[in-house]
Amino acid sequence: MTLLEVREVTKKFGALVANDKVSFTVDPGTIVGLIGPNGAGKTTLFNCISGLYAISAGRIFFDGTEITGLPSFRIARLGAVRTFQVVRPLKEMTVFDNVLVGAFLQGAGNARARATAEECIRICNLTEYADKPAGDLPIGGKKRLELARALATGPKLLMLDEVMAGLTSTEVKGAMEVIHDIRRKGITLLIVEHIMEAIMPIADKVVVLDGGIKIAEGPPDRIIDDERVISAYLGTKFSRRLQARREESKHA
Amino acid sequence: METLLQVLLDGMLNGMLYALVAVGLCLIWGVMDVINFAHGEYLMIAMYVSYWLGFLLKVDPLISLIAGGIFIFILGAMTYWLIIRYTIGKPPLSALLATFGLAMLLKNLCLNQFSPNFRILSGTWLGDKTFQLGFLIVPVPQLVTAIVALVIVGLIYGMTKSTRFGWAVQATALDKEAAELMGINTERIYFLIFGIGGATVGIAGGLMPTYLAVHPEVGTMFSLIAFVCVAMGGFGSIPGALVAALLIGIVEALSGFYIAPVFKYVAVFGLYLALVFLRPKGIFGW
Amino acid sequence: MNHRALKRKDLFWLALVVLLALMPAVSAVATNTFLMHVLILILLFSAMAQTWNIIGGYGGQTSFGHSVFFGIGAYGAGMAVVTYGLSPWPGIGIGMVAAAAVAVLISYPCFKLSGHYFAIATFAIVEIFHRMFLVWYWVGGALGLDYPVVEQGLKNFMWYDTKTGYYYGALALFVLVFGIVRFLESHRFGYYLRAVREGQETAESLGVNSQAIKLTAMALSAALAAMCGAFFGQYNLRVDPSMVMSLDMSMKFVLVTILGGAGTLAGPLLGAAVLIPLQEYTRALWGGLGGGVDLIVFGVLIIIIVIKQPAGISGMVRDIAKHIERRRAAAKGGTSIDAP
Repeated sequence: MTLLEVREVTKKFGALVANDKVSFTVDPGTIVGLIGPNGAGKTTLFNCISGLYAISAGRIFFDGTEITGLPSFRIARLGAVRTFQVVRPLKEMTVFDNVLVGAFLQGAGNARARATAEECIRICNLTEYADKPAGDLPIGGKKRLELARALATGPKLLMLDEVMAGLTSTEVKGAMEVIHDIRRKGITLLIVEHIMEAIMPIADKVVVLDGGIKIAEGPPDRIIDDERVISAYLGTKFSRRLQARREESKHA
Repeated sequence: METLLQVLLDGMLNGMLYALVAVGLCLIWGVMDVINFAHGEYLMIAMYVSYWLGFLLKVDPLISLIAGGIFIFILGAMTYWLIIRYTIGKPPLSALLATFGLAMLLKNLCLNQFSPNFRILSGTWLGDKTFQLGFLIVPVPQLVTAIVALVIVGLIYGMTKSTRFGWAVQATALDKEAAELMGINTERIYFLIFGIGGATVGIAGGLMPTYLAVHPEVGTMFSLIAFVCVAMGGFGSIPGALVAALLIGIVEALSGFYIAPVFKYVAVFGLYLALVFLRPKGIFGW
Repeated sequence: MNHRALKRKDLFWLALVVLLALMPAVSAVATNTFLMHVLILILLFSAMAQTWNIIGGYGGQTSFGHSVFFGIGAYGAGMAVVTYGLSPWPGIGIGMVAAAAVAVLISYPCFKLSGHYFAIATFAIVEIFHRMFLVWYWVGGALGLDYPVVEQGLKNFMWYDTKTGYYYGALALFVLVFGIVRFLESHRFGYYLRAVREGQETAESLGVNSQAIKLTAMALSAALAAMCGAFFGQYNLRVDPSMVMSLDMSMKFVLVTILGGAGTLAGPLLGAAVLIPLQEYTRALWGGLGGGVDLIVFGVLIIIIVIKQPAGISGMVRDIAKHIERRRAAAKGGTSIDAP
């Protein structure tokens, strides 16, 4: 039983084909990484899955139902919730209220939603900012807010679009811990990420896109050995570094 | 058939007047993304300028249109300097609300000074003159207005498309900060655009007392028509506003003649809604 | 915002309502017809502005079409009394339902428009309604509806001897509308509405059906605006298109709210409490000077407030409160640090 199935999804913008017959699946309880060079169509694919874009061809299934062509709020209500790469805080609302909007997806009850929001704010280390307008947060805080807000909806599948881009290495470590916490809650994750050191150790499976086409799919171990992935994206040097790190961790 | 053509001609001539009134609003909207609610009041003031020059000094509106243009250029530039300048960067409606206040001020200032009476100039050069063109009757004052409109709209369009000033204006409209980095004085551009936008409507107002009565409320309807012209044409598109103005003039004339005069504005605004629901950014919008 | 602060604010509102309810007991107030008139208008316009605030302030959709809904409500009550010789109540109910229906019908396509296009579309709608009502025989056309003399009291919602009846009517309207908005503000619907204002796509990504939220807010706002319109007609004993269904009336909804502070509970009250006395007193003072002077002053004032205080009067109050708090904090600390 898969949680998300993307079947031959194609997205065209006029003559430009941003995604070309991309297929992959996400099993419940796993972390799947979606990687690829700039312009590979990762964010486009995210927008297609989350219903922001209408796809040109193909079908998408989530949790046993077809979600092809559904408006994004319906997809979110089914339990597939995403964050935005370019952060979108609800600027004039406080950080707490931002997260509260997400929490209301689990029911209209005020007390419960507030408790959920508080917990998610704590998980994402935003407590000190809770009463500040979201527009005033520093960039790292805004990234964490994206995460907290999506988490508060109580999703089955959390889709993170480069939540770690632009963060300092300490912040990346913090974010990775948060992601581990989230997984422990039993939430499935689909992560678009640029920082290989961040995604490779935590992913159960990696899907690689290049030029809108899926060029590889498999466990991270296999991906870093894959010729096509190395030539298209990782580069020989970087791939060797990842392989070396794998050897190290095996010995340790 | 002959009646239909006559109605169409009247509608088109009226449409050209709307184009002349709207082109300044269009320019301001396109460059500054500001709706000037007092645009119709500019027209009203210019009409009073022309009326009093004609009534007291016997100056013909054909000459007074220059005075109207200059007067409203100054009024427009002053509006920018004293009001609009302070609304930039504030919530999007600030300029609209502030100019609504200005419209209220101007309207009631004229009401206070000149009473609500309707005033029309008699004995002007163009007066009620008409001429026969086949079976069509062509009213001279409206024809002259249409010609002036064509010239002014053409000049404004040419200015934005092919002069150094026009390029600076376009750069400012596209990206204010980038334009500033390239050494364009955007403050000055805005100042002049408000002035020029005012001058065009001032010219229209200067001409109009020949055939339309002046009163403090005369501008309100012209404001609305101009808004609709500009929105229908599409964001700051001058050709779009011209096409929309002609369309509005024709629809107004047809519905006024064939349905009932009271329905002509219902038809005009209905047309606008129908169009904008189909093309949310107007005919020439993107 | 924490719960205790909310509770304290609610106490303030409760005290205000009690105070307002006791006003007519002071004979100096009750016998001063002009003062009563001003108070009634403040309550009415606060309520009107608050109805606009639902969709315009919290929802961020700046409609200039609210006089249409206001007018429909006024006509509902007016026609019940004048045309059909009934009590106004069934008319008020029908007017509210009709206004909500019209609101949904016209908003559905209008919400696809953005910024100035939305604003201008709502202008056009007001003009269309205004002109249709001018020539619509069934609703009284350009002549409008003049109320006959009927038995006074709550049944007909009409009083001739004193303004006290109308005053309590206006207060009830005020409490109802402010109560509804206060409730929404702290519940899911209110949060969703603000989320849609701040970012429609973001809200949708969190499961918010933005179109449904906006349409519901518009329908609610229209129905309540219609109720205010009915009160206005009953109070003036007259309904005609220029009075209730005009661009000027629409602008009043917007102006009072924005000048008071859009998207805040207190904004509409602050706006009305400043603008209405100004309007009424300037009219009383200068109304005789050849006309227009009151509106000249009003126009100048609008310009000044918009330019100087974009967050409205409530923003001004907030700034002052902050200033005082900083001062007090500095005094407590025993030092005189001037916070930057």
